[in-house]
Amino acid sequence: MTDSSFSTRIPTAQQSIKIDKGSAHEIGGLVDIEINGKQFQVPFGTYILDACKQFDFHIPTLCYHDDLCIAGVCRVCVVEVEGMRTLQSACTYPITNSIKIKTTSEKVRKSRRHIIDLLLSDHYGECYSCVRNNNCELQSLAKEHGVDFYRFGHVQNPHYEVDNSSYSVVRDMNKCVLCRRCVRTCIDLQEVGCLEALNRGYETKITTFMDKPLAEVICINCGQCINRCPTGALRANDPSDAIWDAIDNPKKHVVIQTAPSPRAAIGEEFGLAPGRSLTRELNTALRMIGFDRVFDTNFTADLTIMEEGTELLLRLKSALVDKDPNVKLPQFTSCSPGWVKFIEHFYPDYLDYLSTAKSPQQMFGAVLKTFYAQETGVDPADIVTVAVMPCSAKKFECNRPEMNDSGFKDVDYGLTTRELAQMIKEAGINLPDLPKTGFDEPFGEASGAGLIFGATGGVMEAALRTAYELVTGREVPFENLNITPCRGMDGVKEASIKLENVKPEWSFLEGIDLKFMIAHGTANAKIVMDRLVAGELNDVHFIEIMGCPGGCIGGGGQPIPTSSEIRAARAKAIYDEDAGLPLRKSHENQHVNYLYQKFLTEGPCSHLSHKLLHTHYTKRGSYIA
Amino acid sequence: MPILNKPIIFDRNNFGNGFEKGIKGRPIDIVLEIRESGLKGRGGAGFPTGTKWMLAATAVSPKKYVICNADEGEPGTFKDRLLLTEYTDELLQGMILCGYAIGAKEGYIYLRGEYEYMLSHINGVINKFHEEGKLGKGIFGKNFDFDISVRLGSGAYVCGEESALIESLEGHRGEPRNRPPYPVNTGYMGYPTVVNNVETLVSVPIIINKGAEWFRNIGTEKSRGTKLLSISGDVERPGIYEVPFGTKIIDMLEMVRAKDTKAVQIGGASGICIPEEELHRNLSFEDVPTGGSIIVFNKSRDMLKILKNFMEFFTEESCGQCTPCRVGNKKLLDGVNMIEQGKCSVKYLRELIDLGRTMQVSSKCGLGQSSPNPFITIMTHFGDEILAEHY
Repeated sequence: MTDSSFSTRIPTAQQSIKIDKGSAHEIGGLVDIEINGKQFQVPFGTYILDACKQFDFHIPTLCYHDDLCIAGVCRVCVVEVEGMRTLQSACTYPITNSIKIKTTSEKVRKSRRHIIDLLLSDHYGECYSCVRNNNCELQSLAKEHGVDFYRFGHVQNPHYEVDNSSYSVVRDMNKCVLCRRCVRTCIDLQEVGCLEALNRGYETKITTFMDKPLAEVICINCGQCINRCPTGALRANDPSDAIWDAIDNPKKHVVIQTAPSPRAAIGEEFGLAPGRSLTRELNTALRMIGFDRVFDTNFTADLTIMEEGTELLLRLKSALVDKDPNVKLPQFTSCSPGWVKFIEHFYPDYLDYLSTAKSPQQMFGAVLKTFYAQETGVDPADIVTVAVMPCSAKKFECNRPEMNDSGFKDVDYGLTTRELAQMIKEAGINLPDLPKTGFDEPFGEASGAGLIFGATGGVMEAALRTAYELVTGREVPFENLNITPCRGMDGVKEASIKLENVKPEWSFLEGIDLKFMIAHGTANAKIVMDRLVAGELNDVHFIEIMGCPGGCIGGGGQPIPTSSEIRAARAKAIYDEDAGLPLRKSHENQHVNYLYQKFLTEGPCSHLSHKLLHTHYTKRGSYIA
Repeated sequence: MPILNKPIIFDRNNFGNGFEKGIKGRPIDIVLEIRESGLKGRGGAGFPTGTKWMLAATAVSPKKYVICNADEGEPGTFKDRLLLTEYTDELLQGMILCGYAIGAKEGYIYLRGEYEYMLSHINGVINKFHEEGKLGKGIFGKNFDFDISVRLGSGAYVCGEESALIESLEGHRGEPRNRPPYPVNTGYMGYPTVVNNVETLVSVPIIINKGAEWFRNIGTEKSRGTKLLSISGDVERPGIYEVPFGTKIIDMLEMVRAKDTKAVQIGGASGICIPEEELHRNLSFEDVPTGGSIIVFNKSRDMLKILKNFMEFFTEESCGQCTPCRVGNKKLLDGVNMIEQGKCSVKYLRELIDLGRTMQVSSKCGLGQSSPNPFITIMTHFGDEILAEHY
């Protein structure tokens, strides 16, 4: 049930029997079952829920989520198994003998209805004033089961104060239905574990360490809990009011950068099936809303490749030529703010392994309030920079105190895909219907290498396209530049690429097998880091880590719901878009080269680029600040 | 406190050399003897002990565990307290026999937090067993090692539920697991684990000594042997009694000299309330099952107050994991309060009884499945009286 690409540390109270498909056949082969009077066969160990899905019997669920280990706590999915005194939760019950299941008997319907009534009785708030209105699993359940009154009453007053402390995640526990998806997400998918159930019985609540505000506990801001919350109990910290104010203020020059992942997913907010990028329609919409300029984050993704790639080559040179014992390899990517905070907390002694390059979002902010201000003559104090990101951690990142290298706050607001979709709807625009328009100068169109940053493995692929060619003078030896070992949803990927017949200036790399690894979701990051700590990764050169499962396309700011299929569809949209672009390599981006000619004249990893485009990290450990 | 009537199977003479006899024989013979005896779990659920042991004995696993559930938490029960202090040797013997029978090397006594005062006593007996070669390596010269240690609970009622007990033992929040898999397959640390009540385990050396046949002759067809009862409430002689299964409730009341009885709560807070007209029913798994808690109420008692007390207990002691139990118990308690204030319509009361039935079938564990029992039975039998008084 749990996506096999994620390691799981499952709280056993919420774990059910685990039988993989292979051994199922060895143990008992197929089992005859009956569902609502019809005969079927399923492999031994199949869960009732999966069997019913397979044969198109709808069973409502709430605490169940495809990405997570099984909980069996909401009891909405109960079914009748003939011969058993009690109803069984379909999500937890493995079929190990021939059973007869009823999914819609009176007993089942009545119980489900009662359970939904109980959940509603304890759920504060009104649907019309909720961020999840029309996209709430509790609301859908209520509708599906014909709830037209509060059978067991309804909470009249809030119990809890809304926790707005975090830049990224807002917790409104009044709306919590205690499905514990957030708890499981935080520990299973992300190995952070900052959320846990506290108290017993009716007093049970989901809370943080010592009940502290989220900003004061070890949260990496990834927002994966938001993506899996069935209700409005968890949401991102929405800056759109301030952005509207800036747009409405004629003095302000409001510019926006859009990252590839929101573009690949925002259509879902407008009813499209996952997997269609609306990059150019979005440009049109943003101009209609009133943004003064629309830029492509891929521009600074290309810039990141130049900076981070150069940094890697410099580290390799220091290690191989200068034999510097202090140089840290493998070099880790630093684009994902969730991952960065994860390593700051959990592996604070290994921060020197992180690339010092800022993320594309932050590079763009710094470039906008310096170079762009110079070029256009706009006072940087009047420039408001907005970044549309698939990510809730980007909100924290742009508020880091060190992200003021332009002399101003480099990026003023991080806006999630969901929040931008809301702004577009508020402006009365139906995004998919819009004509397509391009990005604004002076940053123009970026490369496909920058684009694929959105999917896990994308940064690595982009870096290899450039680094290999820089070193050997030839294109990477993969058909259509598609470096397939970097792709796919395996939790941890490892591969290497041989550097042969290198250019004379890179002779120290001749014959080297450039080893790289890719991981996504911080549970997988932990696997990689533990191997690094154990000294098993001494021969690896470069490691890409993304904080969220699937990479940015699965980020905590993306449309809800999420699942491995949805993430795969978004990734495909990004790879397809890349394949169709004329420009596929970061170093061929003429606008980036122009920036180096005109502004960062000393080239990548030079004095000025270090000041504006690189950063430093904080040894947090178990401390927050 | 001793057993107040003449003990039947728990007579000390019945233990004989059952322990030694068992260990010197073959493990499978112990399992077969227990199965033959028809012994069922004394914690209340009544799962056949022999079947449980057979499942554990046949499981192939590098490790297995025996756990004694000494988290005696059901309101109104105190019979394990007696066994833990007065029959400690026999309890350890039962655990060792179980370990030998199923192939376990380690046992734990999960002791109710409030019983901490017994800790030094129990550990003393464990040490004595070590000195006597009854625990440790090569017990009775056999190739059989076994050790027992005591773990303290922290006061959660739900930890008496075996899978929540295991969670607690593993150091987690005490919450019941999904079943299947059952502990006998996937228990403590994921290994096959037998969890038995104190009383069940103390019965084991007796059965091995006296034989399954002897044991089968006591009690009823589906409930062999006897039951220890903790009797409290409006009776002249409260205390611990041993009665054969099948004993009529009315006879039991006579034994403890109850007068003017209005109702008997059998099985503690999670049990059922038996009104006067049903006192001819008997204590057995086939009629009125009980883990041993008997609370007697005479005619002066206000049944609504009793119910309120029970519902407050469950609202607090639900682990909070599943919806029916977490919110359901609160709604039943709210209902009781509404009745008290004369604000509960008959229609809503019916709805609440219906909710109770939903909780019985849809809760995750035995706690939520049985917590509506007092509400349903008290409202069924005393609803008219209660409504008459409060409207």
